Amino acid sequence: MKKQLVTCTINGKVRENYIDPRASLSDLLRGEEHLHSIKHGCDVGECGACTVVIDGETYNSCIYMAIWAEGKNITTLEGLSTLDGTISDIQQAFIDEGAIQCGFCTPGFIMSSLPIIESDEEFTRDEIKKQVSGNFCRCTGYDTIVTAIEKTHNKRKAERAKK
Amino acid sequence: MYDFNNIYQPKTVKEALEMKKAHPDALLLAGGSDILIQCREGRLAGRDVISIYTLDELRGICMEDDGTILIRPLTSFSHITNNPIIKKYIPTLGDAVDQIGGPQIRNIGTIGGNICNGVTSADSATTLKTYDAILEIASVDGIRILPYADFSKGPGRVDLREGEMLTGIRIKKDSYENTFGKYIKYSMRRAMDIATLGCSVNVRLTEDKKKVDRVRIAFGVAGPVPLRALSAEESLKGQLISEELLEAASQAVMADVNPRNSWRASKDFRIQLIKELTRRALRSSIEQAGGEF
Ligand SMILES: Cc1cc2nc3c(=O)[nH]c(=O)nc-3n(C[C@H](O)[C@H](O)[C@H](O)COP(=O)(O)OP(=O)(O)OC[C@H]3O[C@@H](n4cnc5c(N)ncnc54)[C@H](O)[C@@H]3O)c2cc1C
Ligand code: FES
Ligand code: FES
Repeated sequence: MKKQLVTCTINGKVRENYIDPRASLSDLLRGEEHLHSIKHGCDVGECGACTVVIDGETYNSCIYMAIWAEGKNITTLEGLSTLDGTISDIQQAFIDEGAIQCGFCTPGFIMSSLPIIESDEEFTRDEIKKQVSGNFCRCTGYDTIVTAIEKTHNKRKAERAKK
Repeated sequence: MYDFNNIYQPKTVKEALEMKKAHPDALLLAGGSDILIQCREGRLAGRDVISIYTLDELRGICMEDDGTILIRPLTSFSHITNNPIIKKYIPTLGDAVDQIGGPQIRNIGTIGGNICNGVTSADSATTLKTYDAILEIASVDGIRILPYADFSKGPGRVDLREGEMLTGIRIKKDSYENTFGKYIKYSMRRAMDIATLGCSVNVRLTEDKKKVDRVRIAFGVAGPVPLRALSAEESLKGQLISEELLEAASQAVMADVNPRNSWRASKDFRIQLIKELTRRALRSSIEQAGGEF
């Protein structure tokens, strides 16, 4: 099909891409934008390895049409670290807690955790589990992942309270 | 890349209906959490689709002048759960759709898609049945109003005619006022799994809170389509609140259901679930309404 212009904000920058209207957002982000944190896992919405945040909500980019991204504000894992490659606290927490083994699921889990770590509300471990229940990990057994999110949430809340 | 033939992109509902008329075989693509999966599986490969996901006029929830709650079909599950009107008047619906898939699915999946796919396991279907939802269905020729009770045509089939699209779901004040309800989804996993059985109940008690004034019961996966337990509802009307009432309800619903064997569960297990979930959902609804056992 004839390519179509899609303009959206990706990790804070306005980006223009000409894409086939039948492409998925994961095709656009990984294929055109070379954001390789986006994994093609299951490609059918089951595993969460392609999770991104669009206008504050988490979505599986494999089952989101690229044309729907017009005018949207999209964040991928790459948007969390600084330009010189310094990683964010949540990424560091995953390393410190042993919440990464093969690492395939990690970007998705971290994106799914954003609504929690950016919130001032309290979350129980069960609520954290619910928030990442659309993400599969074949290696870790999940407990360390929940701990990494819990600790980062507490840390950020304390930091915000100080300001 | 999705293996569609063509993807039409209307900018308004009017345009979408014109496209649907011009291309009757094209599938309406809402959140896509059914269609895009079936396309990946090859089942819908080569089809034409009309993307309606970006039509914001079909999104949102409001209360009309007479107290009717209007849910537009593209409203996502998470927006339903978090909506103040739903929280206040029909929390059972918000609760039911909060048990669908995982967070990402609840952000993309739409309530319109959930009932238009016609599957018996759809988690919003039973609660919409118990609240006597009324559908607004549009085509270029105008609008047709249809009780949701008459929408199912069989497994995966609904009463959407050529060129038609669902544009509204309404729940009348008389239907939700002073009701308390509970949806229980039984599934093998707590998340990312479809229901082995779903049961939605709501009750309205008499003023003294001693008797059932009205009760409504619906099931998913207890038959080929989501269904209401109408004969059971009738038999429970006016009954005194008691443990025996729960037992009577769990027996009465058996006349209304038609469960079967599937790879997920045997017929016998489903019968067990129908009885047990009826007891539990009815007990919870009555207790929320202030009734005592
Ligand atoms: C990983 C995963 C987990 C899931 N878990 C659950 C679950 O636990 N419970 C559950 O009930 N479902 C579940 N689903 C199924 C799906 O998310 C829901 O059925 C959802 O409501 C579909 O809505 P949609 O808008 O995303 O679908 P779409 O694929 O866009 O549409 C579904 C069907 O409805 C039609 N349609 C959509 N909108 C309209 C309209 N306005 N007018 C006319 N026809 C229309 C489409 O043509 C299509 O046939 C799951 C799906 C996935 C991928
Ligand atoms: S790759 Fe998107 S959910 Fe699995
Ligand atoms: S670390 Fe391997 S899948 Fe999660």
